[in-house]
Amino acid sequence: MGKMKRKTKKGYCLGIESTADDFSVGVSTFDGEILANVIDAYIPPEGGIHPREAARHHAEVASKVLREAFTESEVKPRDLSVIAFSQGPGLGPCLRTGATVARALAAYLNIPLVGVNHCIAHIEIGKLRTGARDPVTLYVSGGNTMVTAFDSGRYRVFGETLDIALGNCLDVFAREAGLRQSEGMPFGALIEKLALNGRQLIPLPYTVKGMDMSLSGLLTAATTLLKKGECKLEDLCYSLQETTFSMVTEVTERALAHTGRKELLLTGGVAANKRLQSMIRAVAEEHGVHFNTVQTEFAIDNGAMIAWTGVLAYEHGVVTSIEKSFVKLRWRLEEVEVPWVQ
Amino acid sequence: MGAVKSPVLIKKGAEANLYLADWHGRKAVLKKRVRKKYRPQKLDEQIRTYRTIHEPQLMHEAKKAAVPTPRIFLVDVKNTTIIMEHLEGKQVKQLLSEVSSSARQHLCFKIGRLIARLHEHGLIHGDLTTSNMIMNSEGKVSFVDFGLGDRSEELEARGVDLHLMKRALESTHYRFAESCFKSVIKGYRSVLGAGRLKSVLVKIKEIERRGRYVAERRQEESSA
Repeated sequence: MGKMKRKTKKGYCLGIESTADDFSVGVSTFDGEILANVIDAYIPPEGGIHPREAARHHAEVASKVLREAFTESEVKPRDLSVIAFSQGPGLGPCLRTGATVARALAAYLNIPLVGVNHCIAHIEIGKLRTGARDPVTLYVSGGNTMVTAFDSGRYRVFGETLDIALGNCLDVFAREAGLRQSEGMPFGALIEKLALNGRQLIPLPYTVKGMDMSLSGLLTAATTLLKKGECKLEDLCYSLQETTFSMVTEVTERALAHTGRKELLLTGGVAANKRLQSMIRAVAEEHGVHFNTVQTEFAIDNGAMIAWTGVLAYEHGVVTSIEKSFVKLRWRLEEVEVPWVQ
Repeated sequence: MGAVKSPVLIKKGAEANLYLADWHGRKAVLKKRVRKKYRPQKLDEQIRTYRTIHEPQLMHEAKKAAVPTPRIFLVDVKNTTIIMEHLEGKQVKQLLSEVSSSARQHLCFKIGRLIARLHEHGLIHGDLTTSNMIMNSEGKVSFVDFGLGDRSEELEARGVDLHLMKRALESTHYRFAESCFKSVIKGYRSVLGAGRLKSVLVKIKEIERRGRYVAERRQEESSA
């Protein structure tokens, strides 16, 4: 990254990501070369993410992260030709902090602003990094769990969670179990590690409805068993993973059979889990489908994905005026027209 | 299953393989739920056995609700296989984009009526997509694939069932999803009445709000 930089005529796009607990700034060329991707994660001292606390963290680290992104990319603010930011969906206070930084930069540099849908950015950076062209995407993170594919101008959601996201389910269980996350060792990784020593499959509710799934009942059941203290934590982590991952894999398989696509893309924070990767890979192999998983740096929330999607949108005439740059907490990806695909 | 002759694979679905076969001189469909290597064997067997037993039960109960479903010939739990009648006709998935706008609305109205009858009898289909509905040349619509179905009188379950129908229309028939779902709702109301329809619609709204960002929703609610 960085050193082979080619100066393009069009300049560069800087992308700001701040939907949840990460504040990140990425820089991309118009050819999709990622020159910087600086991520600063907010780790709450205890409990879950409080949107206001996370937003305060974002405001505190914003200038430091920006500076690092400029240094790493060796791009000067004046070389930028467009600013992109994640406009939603996400946590209000967090989104607003990123949007404020983006607006200020765009206004100061007098260059256009592009509001990017966070979920679409995950898919686009995944395609860029893996070379996938028209995949079924399983996007699993702390805030989202969905199976999607492109059709006639938009990404369509084939399956999704009816309640909580997969990453959220794992995180809450880990917190209830008293696990402590640290830098480089998030809750998901802690559960994955414990699950490796699990032997006993404890029955948990398996709820697939059509191509959708429900995880909140399962979380309650797992937490109740945990509190009773009759099961080994390792077995519970193992059962939690096996059951929830089987559900998302079944839904993904349904979407593959339904759409007949030949590529599968796995992304989002939970995509780093090796067990989930092996399940999704097995389904891809069974259906003769090419399996792609995104490197963790580009699978978790990151600024590079916003910068790159900003390039795609900007090159197809999509810009967001300051008046229309308000954040959209529940911005579904089907609402977004995607002129840059096909 | 000795009486099965010349099975031909007609569809490799996500969870089951479908074969067309001759069963005692009748044209039959064999639905075999196959082992999924990605999940633990114990869980896999539980899921396949459960669905093999429940699906024919629900299909049978659907008939009592006057919702046409294929006749069951044999349930082979050990081999997680169901042998059932082969339905002549076309998938609604195909038909919706082939027929005229008025025929489409009429078809969706009929579907809405069938869903309402299931719900009225405490049945939930669990996978209401247009590929799971077949219409024959006389215009009779049958529902298939009750593998994810359930018995429930709860508003929540009914709401999710209809929400899935809406989602299936949106992802596969986005050009006319809105008008189709409106007709489904009209059909549903014609059986269950405006009052019960309204409570289901309110539930669907709630379900749709639930999907994303739990923390945010709580905050919105507490500050509201």
